[in-house]
Amino acid sequence: MNDDFLQTLLLTGKLATITTIILLFIGLPLGYLLAYKRFRFKPLIEALISMPLVLPPTVLGFYMLVAYSPQNTIGHFLEHTLNLRLAFSFEGILVASVLFSLPFMVQPLQNGFASIPRSYREASYTLGKSFFITFTRVLIPNIKPSIITAIAMTFAHCIGEFGVVIMVGGNMPGETRVASIAIYDEVQSLNYDTANKYSFVLFIVSMVILTIIYSINGNKKTF
Amino acid sequence: MLKIDIERPMLTSEGKKTLKICSEIEDRELLCLFGHSGSGKTTLLRILAGLTTPSKGKIVYNDTVWFDSDKKINLSPQLRNVGYMFQDYALFPNMSVEGNICFAQKKKDTEAIEGLLELFDLSALRKQKPTQLSGGQRQRVALARALAAKPSLLLLDEPLSALDFEMRSALQHEIRKAHQLLNTVTILVSHDVNEVCSLASSVMTIKNGKVMAQGRPKDIFGEGTFQHYSQFLGEITALSELFLG
Repeated sequence: MNDDFLQTLLLTGKLATITTIILLFIGLPLGYLLAYKRFRFKPLIEALISMPLVLPPTVLGFYMLVAYSPQNTIGHFLEHTLNLRLAFSFEGILVASVLFSLPFMVQPLQNGFASIPRSYREASYTLGKSFFITFTRVLIPNIKPSIITAIAMTFAHCIGEFGVVIMVGGNMPGETRVASIAIYDEVQSLNYDTANKYSFVLFIVSMVILTIIYSINGNKKTF
Repeated sequence: MLKIDIERPMLTSEGKKTLKICSEIEDRELLCLFGHSGSGKTTLLRILAGLTTPSKGKIVYNDTVWFDSDKKINLSPQLRNVGYMFQDYALFPNMSVEGNICFAQKKKDTEAIEGLLELFDLSALRKQKPTQLSGGQRQRVALARALAAKPSLLLLDEPLSALDFEMRSALQHEIRKAHQLLNTVTILVSHDVNEVCSLASSVMTIKNGKVMAQGRPKDIFGEGTFQHYSQFLGEITALSELFLG
């Protein structure tokens, strides 16, 4: 196994792990809000979160690339105020990956929260417990299968992400070259052996993750 | 004393109605809210617990204002210190019987938990999860949990509706026990005359969101009905003892 191969796999794992952690912290409050609260623009927010499910990844990648450009307001602000250049960098593909994997985290969590009877929350409140205690000790433990599903689906989806990453990050070894891009690149260079190695690793990882989900959740409907 | 004077629109199967309740409930009373489905019994209970907000009115319990629309006072459920037993019992599936009861306590008091487990005959089930319990056992856990927080007002929403007759009469005894232990006001929702006659010290009948009558069960249902149900209950209990030992 050469260094490039390991470096690419490690970068892929790093991107998927950080994306999943960030999305878990975003997804739990967002899933709660969407499951229980009614507000004016809720359908619009739900549509925006679900967009990556139907939108070609290249479309999101294109708009993100435009947004990252220092010639535009967001890119200009990032570069001149925060000294951050997101186009063709790991941070850039991380932001894109977080946005693109949002529905894989939020939807199972939202369904999990929605499946909990309202009386659980209300019982906790009448027992004098705060929102935080109710959230951490009653709600989260009772949506554990949904949390496991959300984490596994997000992680698996990140590992296989191609379109957004190639648009936003290109193919820079050690910075933005993740396994799915490496496969494409190796095939283009007729290096089928290396492409096969990458493909086999992704195949096994995805298979293991899905088997874990199904064995933990059994027949429970969580997404 | 609990003073209620509230109004709230509600949607029933017969269309829009207004729940309009004006009443006073004496200390240590075991009051049954009696009426058909959709008459507003559960809504009133939820309003008292702070889970539903009335559109206007006032609720005062032992000189503490819980709700006053004019002064914009509305105490949260956490501050009202009520014990609420839900129709589905709302036991937390991730916690054991003991865990559910412990969760209700403000400060951990092992002695009090042991007392409640013993009182409701739950000691042997302490490590079981709610899903492993029967309907009657779940009801006893829910009652014990409601008492663990030492509430100043006990609210029971159709606590016996999902149980068979034998279980109902056994658990009516548990409810009486819980009421005596707390020595405070208990309000119980029921649409079963039998249950009302057997348990309540007073009855409030509600129809289409309005109080139709309030008083002792025998005054509300008539001496005949009350005696009939008391006698019927006595006979059933005697027969159960004779055949079931």
